Amino acid sequence: MLNILWPVFIILSFVYAIITGKVNDVNNGIFEALENAVELSITFLGTISLWNGIMEIAKNTTLINKLTNMLRPVIRRLFPELKNNEKANQEISINMIANILGLGNAATPLGIKAMKTMQEDNERKDELSNSMMMFILLNTASLQLIPTNVIAIRTSLGSQNPTSIIIPVWISSIVAAIVGILFVKILIKKGRK
Amino acid sequence: MINSLNYFSSLAIPLTIMVIIFYGLKEKKKTFDVFLVGAKEGIEIVVKMLPTLLGIFLAIGLLRSSGIIDFFVNLLTPITDFIKFPSQVMPLALLRPISGSASMAVAVDIMNNYGVDTLVGIITSVIMGSTETTFYTIAIYTSCVGIKKTRWILLPALAADIAGMVASVLICRFLS
Repeated sequence: MLNILWPVFIILSFVYAIITGKVNDVNNGIFEALENAVELSITFLGTISLWNGIMEIAKNTTLINKLTNMLRPVIRRLFPELKNNEKANQEISINMIANILGLGNAATPLGIKAMKTMQEDNERKDELSNSMMMFILLNTASLQLIPTNVIAIRTSLGSQNPTSIIIPVWISSIVAAIVGILFVKILIKKGRK
Repeated sequence: MINSLNYFSSLAIPLTIMVIIFYGLKEKKKTFDVFLVGAKEGIEIVVKMLPTLLGIFLAIGLLRSSGIIDFFVNLLTPITDFIKFPSQVMPLALLRPISGSASMAVAVDIMNNYGVDTLVGIITSVIMGSTETTFYTIAIYTSCVGIKKTRWILLPALAADIAGMVASVLICRFLS
């Protein structure tokens, strides 16, 4: 996708700038953009390393298992068709916890494992099963305890209160997840008829 | 109420770190050594991310400085005004499901231009925090099992994104 968008964006901007006589602005824009990217990376260097370090500690304790067990009842509700598939249940729980703790790097490989386990039980191998769809939806919803990247960006831009967005983020991601889950449940029901 | 909300928001990070380190101590882990392993990995993530950020920031910076973004935002203003969605945030709303790094660049750009702590800046932050790169996520999880027929998964996933964005705008308007 970006292999198309990226060159189109750049060429379109240059052409538009030449037509509207903004060539100088565009020249400044190039260097400003590069500076912004480096500045943001420096901020990220601090925050991402911190969270990765903290979460590495979490990964090494039984905390992850405890949280995973707490999530079980929710998973059972969301995936009624996986009632007898203990392995899938467990992998989905761990993936969700990794997402919530912001372990993006760990969540994706765990999620792929869960998808592969669900594929074993999938009756039509070339098509997503109901459980797989619910699982993908949960992963497209950003259920994260601490939105570290946004906080890092806000800090680097000199916000007075970079963490003030945490609770609003929780509320709107829960709203998004509920809408998505209900939508999937409704479509699954309709599909059965 | 907003003050207590801010207070709880600011408690989230210290509490999370404290609980995790407490568990590490309780289970007699070498917390600092383990921390260093993770932190080092974090640096690698950022170094790998820098080229992408550079490329995307360049493209978005050009769109902005050439004035073409304003042109499109103006085109969209009648629609966004109608649904009371701030038109400055529109470029982010359109890019968010498609690309994580591009939407991050757009978000930084918006906050640079309209301020981090303004209503527009806060809405931008909340949208960034509460939505995901939907297309990318669907692509990864379907391709890993070799499935091409995704049925109608895009529909609820995008509906959830839109719901999240509308909720972000409403919550931020309510709080400010």
